[in-house]
Amino acid sequence: MGAIYRREIGAFFTSGVAYVFLSVFTLLSGIFFFFGVIGSGTTETSPMFSSMFTIVLFLIPILTMKLLSEEKKNRTDQGLLTAPVGLWSIVLGKYFAALTLFVIAESVVFIYSIILAYLGDVVWSTLLGNYFAMLFLGSAFIAVGLFISSLTENQMASAVASMLALFVLYLFDSLASNISNEIVRKAMLSVSFYSRYLEFTQGIFNITSIVFFVSVAFIFNFLTVRGLDKRRWS
Amino acid sequence: MIEVRNLTKRYGDKQAVNDISFSVEKGEILGFLGPNGAGKSTTMNMLTGYISSTSGQILINGVDILEDPIKAKANIGYLPEIPPLYVDMTVDSYLGFMYDLKKCKLPRKAHLKEICDLCKISGVRHRLIRNLSKGYKQRVGLAQALINNPPVLILDEPTVGLDPNQIIEIRTLIKKLGKNHTVILSSHILPEIQAVCDRIIIINKGVVAADGTADEIATHLTNEHKMTVRIEGSTRTAADKKEIVEAIRKISGIKYVRADMEREKGIYDYDVEAKEDVDIRRELNSICRQHDWNILMLQLSDMTLEDIFLRITMGDDANRLKGAEPAAAPANTSEKPKFSLNVKDGELVAEEVEEEEKLLVDQSFDDPDEEKNEGGEE
Repeated sequence: MGAIYRREIGAFFTSGVAYVFLSVFTLLSGIFFFFGVIGSGTTETSPMFSSMFTIVLFLIPILTMKLLSEEKKNRTDQGLLTAPVGLWSIVLGKYFAALTLFVIAESVVFIYSIILAYLGDVVWSTLLGNYFAMLFLGSAFIAVGLFISSLTENQMASAVASMLALFVLYLFDSLASNISNEIVRKAMLSVSFYSRYLEFTQGIFNITSIVFFVSVAFIFNFLTVRGLDKRRWS
Repeated sequence: MIEVRNLTKRYGDKQAVNDISFSVEKGEILGFLGPNGAGKSTTMNMLTGYISSTSGQILINGVDILEDPIKAKANIGYLPEIPPLYVDMTVDSYLGFMYDLKKCKLPRKAHLKEICDLCKISGVRHRLIRNLSKGYKQRVGLAQALINNPPVLILDEPTVGLDPNQIIEIRTLIKKLGKNHTVILSSHILPEIQAVCDRIIIINKGVVAADGTADEIATHLTNEHKMTVRIEGSTRTAADKKEIVEAIRKISGIKYVRADMEREKGIYDYDVEAKEDVDIRRELNSICRQHDWNILMLQLSDMTLEDIFLRITMGDDANRLKGAEPAAAPANTSEKPKFSLNVKDGELVAEEVEEEEKLLVDQSFDDPDEEKNEGGEE
């Protein structure tokens, strides 16, 4: 797992994906920080975090798009799958590499908090709560993106499909409100990422939501592993 | 070292590999030979655990590849048909990655240096793989397979795309490696297999068509009592043909005589087969002297690996042709170049199947140069 993790981190930087991801993330979050927090003359960071949901939604597919699709296309998966490592090591190595980059990007909020601390009093509990909520949201999204990346050989297809999938998950809330069937509506709301995330930005640290995000991450990594395994049999 | 039992792989309806069994001993270099699409790569991918078999068993060093894949894979170094190279890495960092991936315990620096020297890539260690030539990429692929000194090396067409010098280098390297490793090597290049391998398995249409050393396979398939004779009759027309066949048939110990195609103007070749332990050459000579005929060529059929290969792989085509309606013919024409490789080989097939023969006759007429050469050789 360590070898794959290190290679992926290196590949993020040599391929330039890391620079694109980090700069776009910092730029957009900076805009939200400026208009949502500084501009409104508050040290309350929650508005910034709630807007950042959409950035995460569109940027994570860029991180995950080529993780497995490129391997398949360049036939490098043959090297990985015939090496004495398990499928979980391969998938988790890639998963944690993407997660690491996400955490690096996300940690830019601590720079913002330093700026805020200079201007006024930072509410650290909400900031940290939001920070971790976003981390867990990202960890779930990355697993979804990684899974979609394992389904195709084309990294653009992988990126677009991941964005679409995450966007549909985001739309679940507004879709649910239009559905009259009580059971379906409840089911849709219960798997809603957005409302769970929003809860955190409203200052509610809900442990079940954390469990939800971690479970999603686990399930999609599991599906990726099964998918890789199944490919050998088909 | 490697044991394969009743290995089968099915892709939907297509039977890619059908009930293959063989074993390879330690220190043996085994060559997998077969036309494109015969199932070589599929077999190798199964041996290395990249894909799994539909049924059958593979034991690497006594470990079942499906039951304990990690332990089995630790014994294998694999160079796939397309080397699994990350083109955005330098050679050094790539080999370092493979070193970590294989959890190699050998001293890192010394081991990597040794491998780079062996594969002659020390000069390009700091270059990006993307910028390397095909030959160097192939060597980096080979170097990757050698990391951690696996007892089993599986190389899928290792010399493909290399220039002649590099091919010789890689072959020498493989021979050298064969002293300490068990090597399985696939190729559709016959001289390569002959030059490098101790033992050959010919795969055709997913089944083992022959297994043994080149000599063993040759003896098994060759009928040493067959020969091709070119006799010039007295009139130099087709009329001679019958007379000559009749005369030869009278020699004692003859099993079979048949006039073959016209090789020079008015002069025909004859396929002659004698019973075992009978040498008819002298008698043939005296008959010709009696009738004032001239023997222009006499060739015993000794088979090279190439002959064997063509015979096995094309014999199969012939069978298919026999049963199939004319619609199957285009499939055959696509393989025409095989015939023109060597007309002599074609004759082997021509003996067996009529349709095939016609095609061969045309082919040989198309190519007068080759005829002359063949005549000249004798």
